[in-house]
Amino acid sequence: MFGLDKRDTSLLMIVAVLTLFAPFILNPFPTGSGLAQFNAGYPDLMQRFVIFGIFAIGFNILFGLTGYLSFGHAAFLGVGSYSAVWMFKLLSMNVLPAILLSVIISGLFALVIGYISLRRSGIYFSILTLAFAQMSFSLAYSVLTPITNGETGLQLTLDDPRVLGVTATADGSIPVTNLFGLEMRGTYEMVVGPWAFQFNMGYYLCALVLIAAFYLAIRIFRSPFGMMLRAVKSNQQRMNYTGLNSKPYTLAAFVISGMYAGLAGGLMASMDPLAGAERMQWTASGEVVLMTILGGAGTLIGPVLGAGFIKYFENIFSKINDNVLHGWFAILPDGLEDFIVFVVHPFIGKGWHLTLGILFMLVVIYLPGGLVEGGQRIAGWVRGNKKPDAPQSETKPAE
Amino acid sequence: MDAFLLQILNGLDKGSAYALIALGLTLIFGTLGVVNFAHGALFMIGAFCAVTVRKFLNLSVETIDPERTDFLGNPLKVKTPYVENWFGPEFGGLIIDWSVPIAILFAIPIMIAVGFIMERGLIKHFYKRPHADQILVTFGLAIVLQEVIKYFYGANPIPTPAPDALNGVANLGAIIGMDLIYPVWRIVYFCFACLIISGVFAFLQFTTFGMVVRAGMADRETVGLLGINIDRRFTIMFGIAAAVAGLAGVMYTPINSPNYHMGMDFLVLSFVVVVVGGMGSLPGAVLAGFVLGILESFASMEWAINLIPGINQIIIYLVAIVILLVRPRGLMGRKGVMED
Repeated sequence: MFGLDKRDTSLLMIVAVLTLFAPFILNPFPTGSGLAQFNAGYPDLMQRFVIFGIFAIGFNILFGLTGYLSFGHAAFLGVGSYSAVWMFKLLSMNVLPAILLSVIISGLFALVIGYISLRRSGIYFSILTLAFAQMSFSLAYSVLTPITNGETGLQLTLDDPRVLGVTATADGSIPVTNLFGLEMRGTYEMVVGPWAFQFNMGYYLCALVLIAAFYLAIRIFRSPFGMMLRAVKSNQQRMNYTGLNSKPYTLAAFVISGMYAGLAGGLMASMDPLAGAERMQWTASGEVVLMTILGGAGTLIGPVLGAGFIKYFENIFSKINDNVLHGWFAILPDGLEDFIVFVVHPFIGKGWHLTLGILFMLVVIYLPGGLVEGGQRIAGWVRGNKKPDAPQSETKPAE
Repeated sequence: MDAFLLQILNGLDKGSAYALIALGLTLIFGTLGVVNFAHGALFMIGAFCAVTVRKFLNLSVETIDPERTDFLGNPLKVKTPYVENWFGPEFGGLIIDWSVPIAILFAIPIMIAVGFIMERGLIKHFYKRPHADQILVTFGLAIVLQEVIKYFYGANPIPTPAPDALNGVANLGAIIGMDLIYPVWRIVYFCFACLIISGVFAFLQFTTFGMVVRAGMADRETVGLLGINIDRRFTIMFGIAAAVAGLAGVMYTPINSPNYHMGMDFLVLSFVVVVVGGMGSLPGAVLAGFVLGILESFASMEWAINLIPGINQIIIYLVAIVILLVRPRGLMGRKGVMED
């Protein structure tokens, strides 16, 4: 279907079903029950799942295929957010032009940065992208304040022109983002027995974009272009010897992945029309690296899984506190209960980053293929293979 | 002219911190061939060694002073640190006052131990893996170390003052007949950095151990074939590099109150410094550290900001980008190290 082979079609279908039915899937526990805090089916979080999914898919097109490890990808996300908010300020509250502009602007930005950074490879490339991202971050904070509004972040105000829209609504408030009249924050709540499922307009827009982005990524992975990028990863030198110039290919990959990041940034701003410089900081770039590696770099579904995994646990782990733990381990004898709570305590709540860091290290050390490789290994064991023949993807940097 | 000299001084203390961290990074890179993203965390751990030592020295015993009473008429509880009880109030007070320099003594063994554990426990398994994996795993380690520190010390910066004697300002210009007032501790920091840097260079240059290490940096395999256990020496070098970063952190505490993310802030810049200086070149790292530090402080002068707004924020990155594109090997990079 759509020019995909059977496996890829089913992969696309799985992603489509997962995203479209997410309000059900992520809401397995009835509201009011003790487990309701593990529900993730509310619009804000679901939007973050898919937006970061798009971001990670884009990052994976660069890192997974070519092996170029960019440590500055958040810059494109930030640029995308800023351009989208400017579109809301100047043109109209329709998200379509905003998202288009953010993709275009971040693509141009990526073209410039990529053109320079891709002249080096390996660790130098990582540091160049890091330097560029930090530079954009610092500039957004200081000199570019007229454009970025510095530390406060760019926000909508009542006296924005909005040429094609209204400056303020009839009751004098800032208009909300919409897609041809469909409000992004509009949510339909379906109550089935004790469950309350929320269907959010903005989420479904993001989900459709994610599916389209995923489809595009599959096509890129399977295309001759994608093959060329893999060749860059496995041995760029040999590729050059055969008379191929790899530069245009890597640059194209860099720009595409930058545009994905811009798309994510534009969507982020469409859901909540503000943009701040902290989105461009290098820790944000590190986060997308974590997502991609955790899910499985170079695989199609890995980055989406990684993004969902990190965002879900970030949200859930930070909510668990000592009282919840005491509730769980209440059946144990008192001393043991306290001890377990004491041991687990550093890893929950605010300690979520500690858990993430440890998990990330374990994945890099033992499971370089990420969650996807883990799944394959488990599947191998279940099928009873003595030696799980998980394809060892050699991640060599382009040298 | 005064402003000019002042900016050079300003650049020197920041530059010393860059140089020390970059030196450690380069030592690790040059010996083990590992890109260590956790090096900033080592700097931070060093700084928290100083915090811990200060905390321990301030451990106090509470006694009731019968002669004095508080405003309610109850006997006053007086807290006296143990050291003051043991060594008398004057000498004890002096020890507490000098907690940062004293912390150096504790930081050295601790940092060397941390370095050993890190190298033997983790980095060892990543010699043969690609640089991208090394970056990723050390990045993860940096997050973990940072979060552990945050768990124990909280997220707020902890002020750790320098000894009173070194806390003031001095007029450096008196010698050359100019007015050049500058905080003493920053001068101390610069001297300290120079001492450490020359110590490391002397160690590598004039001892047999250093000679073997240098030989190993040039050609690891051959040194191994000569029957020398080069791995063990490299592990020791890792410990030394960790100690250098840690000491840089200890001494930096009075300049900037340590917080858990100070390492990350410095790490990015130090990497830039290493790249500018040339991967694997020790003098290059030191030179680039000082040069970039000074450039940064010049860029924050008024005329520079008026000329190009925001230049003070981006000068280092800008220089790095230009250097990488014009002179990919860096200022003093060796041939054949990390080249494409």
